[in-house]
Amino acid sequence: MLKILKYSIFDLLRSRWSYVYFTFYLLLGFVLLFLNNDVNKAVITLMNIIIVLTPLIGTIFGVMYYYNSKEFTELLLAQPIKRSQIFMGQYLGISLSLTLSLVLGLGIPFVMYGLFKSTAIFDFSLLILIGSFLNFIFVALAYNIALSTENKIKGFGYAILMWLFLAVIYDGIFMISLIIFNEYPLDKFSLFATMLNPIDLSRILILLKLDISALLGYTGAIFKDFFGANIGAFTSILILMLWVVLPLRRIKYKLKRKDF
Amino acid sequence: MIKIKNLHKKFGKLTVLDGLDLEIDKGGIFAILGPNGSGKTTLIKALLGMVIPSKGDISIDGNSVLKKWNYRNELNYLPQIANFPANLSVIELIKMVKNLRPKTPNEKELIDLFGLNEFLNKKLGNLSGGTKQKVNLVLTFMFDSDLIILDEPTTGLDPIALIHLKNLIKKEKKSGKTILLTTHIMSVVEELADEIVFLLDGKIYFKGSVEKLKKQTSQTNLEHAIANLITKQNA
Repeated sequence: MLKILKYSIFDLLRSRWSYVYFTFYLLLGFVLLFLNNDVNKAVITLMNIIIVLTPLIGTIFGVMYYYNSKEFTELLLAQPIKRSQIFMGQYLGISLSLTLSLVLGLGIPFVMYGLFKSTAIFDFSLLILIGSFLNFIFVALAYNIALSTENKIKGFGYAILMWLFLAVIYDGIFMISLIIFNEYPLDKFSLFATMLNPIDLSRILILLKLDISALLGYTGAIFKDFFGANIGAFTSILILMLWVVLPLRRIKYKLKRKDF
Repeated sequence: MIKIKNLHKKFGKLTVLDGLDLEIDKGGIFAILGPNGSGKTTLIKALLGMVIPSKGDISIDGNSVLKKWNYRNELNYLPQIANFPANLSVIELIKMVKNLRPKTPNEKELIDLFGLNEFLNKKLGNLSGGTKQKVNLVLTFMFDSDLIILDEPTTGLDPIALIHLKNLIKKEKKSGKTILLTTHIMSVVEELADEIVFLLDGKIYFKGSVEKLKKQTSQTNLEHAIANLITKQNA
């Protein structure tokens, strides 16, 4: 598996898109710091971008890599290597190279600006950690979709829909249900519904750590109670891990039955 | 050596292999023939573990190979359409495949044979179809394995490369290898094949030597004999 992983990273590091992505984060970091002139404020703006953008990029890269390397994967399948190792190697290769772009692209400007001397270092690390999680989650989801969809165009469509649903539509449904069921106590429900969407979960986790939960009202207080405590943070990280592990299990399940 | 028992494969509603039984002895060249869509590639891919059979068993040297992977170390495969990663150079691809298999390769000899030296540092995306096929052949023949599977090996080759390929196949046969090949070019079959395995509607319709086939269909020309087999079935 390490050989495949090495090759995938090598292949991706040569691709123009990795550099575009890296440069984008680099510019974003510098521009945000320049405009906000304050590390703490820049971190909050950054959160809004990371939470929507890393899932999108992860999804697109995942689907694109799968379909583009399809023929080569077939060549590998005829070699004495286990199926699951080929795909795990590719999966880790994409996720790691995306994470590398994220960490370096944002890390360089923030470190240059004096991150280590500021109080925002913890928030910034959390942001990077969550961004990395989102990379691993959405590449895994994208691989699931690509493995189940023979047609490239359809695969792309489903993947983008999946991202749109989790990033935008889910929140809409969530809001509408909060309005409709206004009469009922909704704290448990909203806590639960948040857990089911990795993007929402990440957003809330960061918001609460950033100490702006006062904006969230009563539910915010309940959230603060839950996520602010160690048990809540621990549970959230655990659920983010589940969001990586469960799609990976499905990939393995699917691979045992797939014809190439 | 290879034993295939009651092999079934369905893709959705389409039945491709329908209770296929086949035994292939060690040593010799076996041509797998059949009209388009008769299941040749599916059969080969099932043997390689790329297609998972709906029913039945495949064993090599007495061991079932379904869901296994290490048996592929004793097997070389030439895929039908060679599509390699476009941003990799020829030598990088060869190095990578070498790296993936524990066996010692002899790629130098083959690179010289097919005149690929001047292409070694070129990107695979910029090569012509025939040159890609030569790279494909180098990757397949550079390891010393008992079983060699060739899916349409002659595609895109120029006459000189074709002669080299035929000599290569004959050489491998002499050293006791088992070679399975599919092709639509009958002169290749006539020149090389010890036995013909003819597939039709997902079953083995004929297995035997070229002579036996000609006799059975009372044709003197192999091309006509094969055509005769196909039309007889359809009539």
